[in-house]
Parts: sequence; structure tokens; C-alpha cells
Amino acid sequence: MSPVLELAGASLAFGERVVWSGVDLAVQAGEFVTVLGPNGSGKTSLLRAVLGQLHLTSGRIAVMGRPPHRGSRSVGYVPQQRIVDPATPVRARDIVRLGVDGDRWGPGHHDRRARVDELLAAVGATEYADVPVGMLSGGEQQRVRIAQALASDPAVLLCDEPLLSLDIRRQQEVTALIDTTRHATGTAVLFVTHEVNPVLPYTDCVLYLGPAGHAVGAPDVVLTSERLSKLYGTAVEVVRTQGRLLIVGDDGHVHHVEEEDE
Amino acid sequence: MLALATDVPWWQRIVDFSSYGELLPLVRNSLIAGVLLALVGGLVGVFVMQRDLAFAVHGVSELSFAGASAALLLSIDVTLGAIIGSLVAAMAIGFLGSRARDRNSIIGVLMPFGLGLGVLALALYPGRAANKFGLLTGQIVAVDDARVGAMAAITVVVVGGLLFVWRPLTFASVDPEVAAARGVPTRALSFAFMLLLGLAVAMAVQVVGALLVLSLLITPAAAATRISASPVWVPVLAVIFAEVSAIGGILLALGASVPISPYITTISFVIYLVCRWLGRRRRQHGWVRRPSAVAGAVVG
Repeated sequence: MSPVLELAGASLAFGERVVWSGVDLAVQAGEFVTVLGPNGSGKTSLLRAVLGQLHLTSGRIAVMGRPPHRGSRSVGYVPQQRIVDPATPVRARDIVRLGVDGDRWGPGHHDRRARVDELLAAVGATEYADVPVGMLSGGEQQRVRIAQALASDPAVLLCDEPLLSLDIRRQQEVTALIDTTRHATGTAVLFVTHEVNPVLPYTDCVLYLGPAGHAVGAPDVVLTSERLSKLYGTAVEVVRTQGRLLIVGDDGHVHHVEEEDE
Repeated sequence: MLALATDVPWWQRIVDFSSYGELLPLVRNSLIAGVLLALVGGLVGVFVMQRDLAFAVHGVSELSFAGASAALLLSIDVTLGAIIGSLVAAMAIGFLGSRARDRNSIIGVLMPFGLGLGVLALALYPGRAANKFGLLTGQIVAVDDARVGAMAAITVVVVGGLLFVWRPLTFASVDPEVAAARGVPTRALSFAFMLLLGLAVAMAVQVVGALLVLSLLITPAAAATRISASPVWVPVLAVIFAEVSAIGGILLALGASVPISPYITTISFVIYLVCRWLGRRRRQHGWVRRPSAVAGAVVG
């Protein structure tokens, strides 16, 4: 089976600064790929390259076998949660509707209600379909975002830190929903996060972008003290405790740690 | 006119219907202008609210005032002057201020400059004082056939343009990141909207005056968003509110000897207050019935 998303020798540089280079990645339909790495390691740039907003310096990138282009309906995008003014006159169903035909010009006369209802139902957001987005909780907003991203039946779902500013329970709900979705629709998931624990149970493959290189592989293979020390170019320890994973740097700084669930 | 005004009690100068029948034909053009302006103002206002551009509207209107004043001084068409001033301001804001903070400081710099230029042009203008004052606070009988024609043309351009970009512009306004990811040209749309906004402002300056443009470009849409979140009802209500304000204001101002704008701004403000009150009641009871998650929505 040909991969839905493929990077071959992909490199990106801004002027002199090489962000990542020689990345090889083949994502199959329904696969859950988690992209990890410290700030500035080019995680978001990777998503922008898949969206066709950034061009690679060298190498090749292909979505469904073709170079990515802006506005491709094969790619869905779930952004991080952001504060929406409660007075913004946009309901949950309008956000989803924009995902269906928000990129079309001219007056619309097609009734998309059935499609929007179907998408809302798929993420369990039917109950608050008519509530303004600014009045939804963070977790509810992200459900609606996922429905919006699914509107074009994407082959790849790009998730750009969708868990940021959610509490642990909501983080688990949202990742579980994305997992259910990829099984139900067969869409592949490219999940950018700096919080590894909520996504670890679902992750098939990790792409770790480090300051001194990158690694691709199963979580157990990549997330080890030895591999990460190499990627950071400094001693890093991976600690597994109570089913959770902590990454500790030699300066005592702890990465990937969330607050305890209450 | 002034001598007459001092003889009658002040309230009769504000509302006086004694010679209504004779006056009505004189404002036929103003009524048409009001209808067109309210249509444009209500629709543009929806996006002004979504894109948080209230201050930009004010800034553009001052430059539009400067353009119209300069036109008056140079004896060229006032509408043309207003349009040129508006578009220059809209383009400057569109080019220089893509980020909200930049935008506000650029507007803050442009606005007093425009107002100053306008005052200078009016001070040098040898004609009637009523014409000068009209550009700031609105005028009622100065709309001739040619100007109504120009306004109709602007209305067609602005409403047509808005209908064409409506969905992508909504997408780019409420959800810029995702819109960009889906290939919507957010920057080009932002610039295009500034131009449409400039045209709408140039139209409004001639009816309600530069100082009070906001009453038709923002207040109706702000009132509508208080009582509805529907993408269909918000623009429809905004246009209705703007029409009621504009037409009501013109009809009330007809028999009076004060400018038209206090009537329009007052009606528009009262509508806003009522909508705010309705919206508060509605907010307290929840926008819609949510069987299990009413509390969740409030916690946010």
C-alpha cells in the first residue's frame, strides 16, 4: 500500500540555519505519528510544509503521491485552542460549516446542514451545535475543531498542539477522539505536541526532532535515554514511572511533565 | 433661519412636523441615500465586528473627511474627494497594519493628521458654513441626483464584493489559521475588505458626517450580535437596525433645524441598548437548551 504522506530526504533551512535535514518518513492510512521535540525544532514548520505553505530546501514531500499544495482537501488541520470572544457571532455548527465550504467564493446556495450535523455527531458535539464557540469549554472547542478538519474527508489530519491549555482529562478525551476518528475514517494522524503522555498509548510511530538530529521509529525505540541523548547532544534521561514517561535533561530541566490530575 | 430658530422653543427645533408634507419631497434623495447606506453599513458592520476594526472605521472616516473637505475647497466633486481620502487611508492601514497592534498605532497617527487637513481645507473654503459643518456632523438636503447615482454605484460594488468574498472572508475573520491552512488567501482578503470598508465609509461620511460614521457601520451590527449568533440572522438584523436608524433619523430630522446625525445616532443607540438588554436575559438563560452541559459552557 502506498503511503498517504511521504517525506524523502526532506530538509528545511531558513538562510544559514538548518531546521531539519534528511527526514525520511512514510505514513500509512490510519497511522498515528507523533511529532515531538523542543521549541524551535521545526515541528510547526513540518506541518506548514505538508500544508504547502513552506517549500523544502531539498528532498521530497508527497501527500497522496503528489506534492502538497495550498488548500488541498486531502489535508485536515486542527490548531491549538485559542480564546474566542463570547460575543463572536459564530456557533459550533458554523465553524464546521466553514470546514465544508468556507474556502468557496461567491454566494452559497447549497444546503449543507445534513453534512454538518453528521460531522458534529461524529465528534459528539451535537448537544452544543448551536452554542457560540466563545461560550464553549476548551475541550468542546477542540471537538468542534476536529469535526471542522474532518469536513473535507482528509487523508492526513494535522494536529498542531491541540492539547495546549487543556486540563489532563480534556487532553485524554481529545486524543481518544482523534484515535477513534482515525480508526473510523482511516485518516492518518500527524500529531505535533510537547506533551507525550496523553498520546503515547495511541502512537504507532514517533518523529523526534532534536537540536542535533532527528529519529523515526516506534515509541519504545526512539524514546530511550541513549537515543535522545544523541538527538540533544547532551545527556538526557528517559524515566518511566507509573505508566508515564518523563524526559529529564542534565541541567535538571524536566521536559514533558504535566501537572497531576485531580 | 437663525432668527427663526431663536423665536421657537428648543424642543420645537428638535421635533417639528408642522410643514411635513411640503418638506418630504425635498429629502427624497436623502431617503434613497439613507436606504443604500444602511444596507452597506449593516453588512460591512458584521465584518467590522468580526475583524475588530472599529478604530479603523473611525480612522478611515477622518481621512475621508479630509478628502471631502479638500474637494470642497478645490471645487471638485465632494463624493470623489471622500472616496479618494477613504481609499488612501484604507490602503495605508491595509499595507502597514496587518497586525492589530501596528494597525491601531498607524490609525492613531493617521487620524489627527486627516482631521487637521480637513479643518485646514474648511478654514480656507470661502463658501457657506453649513456645507462645512455638514461633512463632520451630517447633512440632509445636500444630496443631489448625481450624488445618489454615485452612492448607488458604490452600493453595488460593496454589496457585490461582499457577497463574492462572504464565506472565505468569514473563514479568514473568525478562524485565520485554519482558513490559511485550507488555502484561503487571508492577507489578500484583509486588504480587499479594507477597500470595501473605505468605500462604505466614503458613502457614510456624506450622510451622517465623519464624526458619526460608527453609528451606521458598527452599532447596528454590534446590536445584532447581542441577540443572535446565526450567520444568516446577524447580517439581516444588522441591516434592519441600520435601515430603521437611517430612515427614522432622516424623517425625524426633516422638520427640525438641527443636523440629521443626532437622530440617527440616538435611534441606533437605543436599538443597541434594547438588544443588549435582550442579550443579557438570553445569556443568563443560556443560548440554547443544553441538557447536561449548561454549567460547562459558563466555566469555559
